[in-house]
Amino acid sequence: MMGVFDIALALLVLGVALMVVNAAETRAAVIAFIALGLLLALVWVRLGSVDVALTEAAIGGGATGILLLRACGRLRPSVSDTPQPGLGVRAAASALPTLLTIAIASVVLSPPTPAPSLAEAAAEALPDLGLGNPVTAVLLGYRALDTLLEKVVLLLALVGVWSLTSDGLWGGAPAELADGAAKPPLLLLARLLPPFGVVAGIYLVWAGADHPGGTFQGGAMLAGMWLLAMMAGLAAPPDTGNPRLRFALFVGPAAFLLVGFAGFLIADGFLAYPPGLAKPLIVAVEAALTLSIAVIIALMVAGPAMKAPR
Amino acid sequence: MAEFLAAAAAFVLACVGLALVRLLRGPTAADSMMAAQLLDTGGAAICLLLAASGGHEAIADVGLTFAVLAALAVAALSLRVRSPKPEGGKP
Amino acid sequence: MSLLLDTATVLLVLAGAFFFLAGTVGLLRFPDALSRLHALTKADTLGLGLIVLGLLPQMGSLPAALKLVLAWLLVQLASAGASQLIARLIHAGDANGPRS
Repeated sequence: MMGVFDIALALLVLGVALMVVNAAETRAAVIAFIALGLLLALVWVRLGSVDVALTEAAIGGGATGILLLRACGRLRPSVSDTPQPGLGVRAAASALPTLLTIAIASVVLSPPTPAPSLAEAAAEALPDLGLGNPVTAVLLGYRALDTLLEKVVLLLALVGVWSLTSDGLWGGAPAELADGAAKPPLLLLARLLPPFGVVAGIYLVWAGADHPGGTFQGGAMLAGMWLLAMMAGLAAPPDTGNPRLRFALFVGPAAFLLVGFAGFLIADGFLAYPPGLAKPLIVAVEAALTLSIAVIIALMVAGPAMKAPR
Repeated sequence: MAEFLAAAAAFVLACVGLALVRLLRGPTAADSMMAAQLLDTGGAAICLLLAASGGHEAIADVGLTFAVLAALAVAALSLRVRSPKPEGGKP
Repeated sequence: MSLLLDTATVLLVLAGAFFFLAGTVGLLRFPDALSRLHALTKADTLGLGLIVLGLLPQMGSLPAALKLVLAWLLVQLASAGASQLIARLIHAGDANGPRS
């Protein structure tokens, strides 16, 4: 019976993806893309990766969707002199992705038996870290270096977005997200939903130790709630030069780096955890990271500074 | 019971899918917002059914995330489109 | 007892699925945007409520059951706000305008 569900979901995902590609205008494509993101979260659930499903729902439904909508609104209507490509060109262009899909499918659907997997080794060391969720153990334990570098990359991406502002406005505030029209239903949503959203975000981070969840999912949820408040006009985007904002941005990677270097003193090496202290350290790093991720994601969506600094 | 709940999930998915395709093709702004709201309700229902039909209990968390973030999508779609102009400075 | 609970689950989930079907049929067939919105908001949210009620006996623990109820409440809140936002748009006459 699950097979019926899976086939229906696969067909729906393909259909919506085709709608993204064939949409008449950019905004329609973005809306279909948001729907595609939410449907992909269902796909991840069926593939057994609930952590990734949470991330896809949080980012694809929330931050990415809003980011693309805002970008879409800033584009000039495209007037193109070149005609739409003909059917032959489109068929040729879709041949390569189709072949690629068939190749990947044939590899994935016929793995060598027994399929190579590190799952057992990963699960064995879980009690040493005090964690129950193998995904969190990989992210913050075995491959903590990758996670640290990813967070720094996030920060660099934000700096990249900020660098789009003009010279005189550096340090100022991004443009308002609200559109100036008072909308009582939006105000109601923005007042009632964030308390639940914030608790849900913190819960996702806390539960990530033993169940699916984690810093990215929780941070994305928190960012979504801040964005909702900004969209309703209840909060104005802060000055990008604000010192407290900048502190919130780097407290996460800084805490991670601090714990990493402390590993030289109290454990085996960089980012090594002393036995027994692993879980408290990981929880502390996660708390700092969640704050930073939430602020980074929200500011990336808010965009570069558009007003002079106050 | 698990089979029945899986069948129910497939049925709800079919309903949501049909309506979604119609709404995504619809030309008006209201259609897009309704598509987001449909995914909010329908997606949460599907996740809860999957969680109960023998899946991971954490799938209910995905349902919670759906509920909160699809509302965010509707809110984002309700904003009128405008291009912000930077004040002063050179572009 | 468990047979009674299972029967209740089956009946409630069937009713919920029926309301989802009704909501979809309404979305596809109603003539104007406001009635389509009505079908979506009322029928689908009721369908979810019935499904949540039906799933409550199946969850293994109290926290899991509470999580289901919380999801239902959040969807109701989200639907209430979202439907009002959409209705404003339709009422202002923008429904027949272009997507943006």
